[in-house]
Amino acid sequence: MPDLRFTEQALSEWMRSGGSHSEIVISTRVRIARNIQHHPFPLLATKNQADEILNVLAPVVDQNQEAGYGTFELVKLDELEELDKKVLVEKHLISPNLVNDSRSGAVLLNEDESVSIMLNEEDHLRIQCLFPGFQVREAWERATAIDDIFEESVDYAFDVKRGYLTSCPTNVGTGLRASVMMHLPALVMTHQISRILSAVNQVGLTARGIYGEGSEAAGNIFQISNQITLGQTEAEIIDNLHGVAIQIIEHERNARQRLLDDSALRITDRIMRSYGILSYAAVMELKEASQRLSDVRLGVDLGILKAPSISVLNELNVKTQPGFLQKMFGEELSSAECDMYRAKLLRDTLGITH
Amino acid sequence: MLCQECGVRPATLHFTKIVNGEKTEFHICENCAREKGELIPGTSGGFSIHSLLSGLLDLEGASKGKSTAEPKPHEVRCEECGMTYGQFSKLGRFGCSSCYKYFDKGLDPLFKRVHGSTSHVGKIPKRIGAQIQFKRQIDELKEQLQQAIVEEEFESAAELRDQIRKLEKEIAQE
Repeated sequence: MPDLRFTEQALSEWMRSGGSHSEIVISTRVRIARNIQHHPFPLLATKNQADEILNVLAPVVDQNQEAGYGTFELVKLDELEELDKKVLVEKHLISPNLVNDSRSGAVLLNEDESVSIMLNEEDHLRIQCLFPGFQVREAWERATAIDDIFEESVDYAFDVKRGYLTSCPTNVGTGLRASVMMHLPALVMTHQISRILSAVNQVGLTARGIYGEGSEAAGNIFQISNQITLGQTEAEIIDNLHGVAIQIIEHERNARQRLLDDSALRITDRIMRSYGILSYAAVMELKEASQRLSDVRLGVDLGILKAPSISVLNELNVKTQPGFLQKMFGEELSSAECDMYRAKLLRDTLGITH
Repeated sequence: MLCQECGVRPATLHFTKIVNGEKTEFHICENCAREKGELIPGTSGGFSIHSLLSGLLDLEGASKGKSTAEPKPHEVRCEECGMTYGQFSKLGRFGCSSCYKYFDKGLDPLFKRVHGSTSHVGKIPKRIGAQIQFKRQIDELKEQLQQAIVEEEFESAAELRDQIRKLEKEIAQE
């Protein structure tokens, strides 16, 4: 039976500390895709072949515990309830792909859930490292160190010309995808976001909303990541993302300051209203919850609100997702019931209980 | 965000269509993309996600498919996993690492478009790093050898050939 704490706690341990620029950057994630030579990729692998991959890769981290990334636990996807899978996706510990398309899919999670190693996802091995706040270089250093550990035990599919060979042509070369999750409400409010996002696209990066739709992401949370994996070194990819993210942080800061300078009363009113609605509403759709939580987060960052803490807001962002709500309030919730329980959860957490 | 087709699975494919300045966004999951015959809902004319990738993959086929001696590009088969180039261009995924070798001819235009580059310059696995350094050297020497032959500099060609043999011997001994 898999360890339940991975799905019962909304917030991974690593999320509890802030990290740098945490008023804007929520988290940093680096993942590297690897495959083993002379084994079909998971797309074509039979159950036996996929099990073999599992048997080869899963023990590697246990044999290397002295490396200092904590003890890893193997969670096999077919031993999990549907709802628990959903929750792991909502916590970003596994990808939707691992749930939908995977044969013998599994994940190795360390104690604080800062390292998540997916097996038999689209590639045999996907090493993912998560850090709070803005820590692109740190996340890459950890991921590459774990990559080295695997490399000592297995023969990677690697080609001099093409680099690390991956299932999808979009990952070939370094297999590296680095991303920062940013909260950019002021850039959205001041209508600068689309200009910035299109600029981001021009330098080989891509931006997309999480928990939201396209460029008008609900919750104003955007994920900026590298698009190119071939023809650039890992250091170039990391530096590029780092540099661009710093600029976006700067723009967001300036936009926040301008909002305070030009329309302090209006922005304060909006933040207070959102806080009020979250604290008293009886029905709350996910989209509205995300938007209002974004306002409250901005209020806390700007010093307009003293509470709740950023950690509580991070937790609410996860807990208000459908999987988590069902986990807490009952497995068979209709969407209307979800909206009701979401509102209850928000009321309970933000201090007003009825 | 949930898939706008099934409303159950998370949307993993995101598209923006702009027609006459009018922007439409699509968010669907891979399952629905597949079930719907890879059609993006709301579009006519059968524009598909994978046809986008196939369009890139077919470039090579369009220019080279007329040769009778070689098999048609779509029929080129990876001898390790059995995937054909046609299947690859439809799925947009390789079947195994050897596919890269068998489909090599068609890959440069694709990688050029996706990454703006065709060659890896990043990390090399430590354990095979030394061998790869050798191979990189050999490849360079071979290019120089070709150049020397073209320019009819047979003395330096012979020297280069000897260097290549020496390196190849060292690899074999490893």
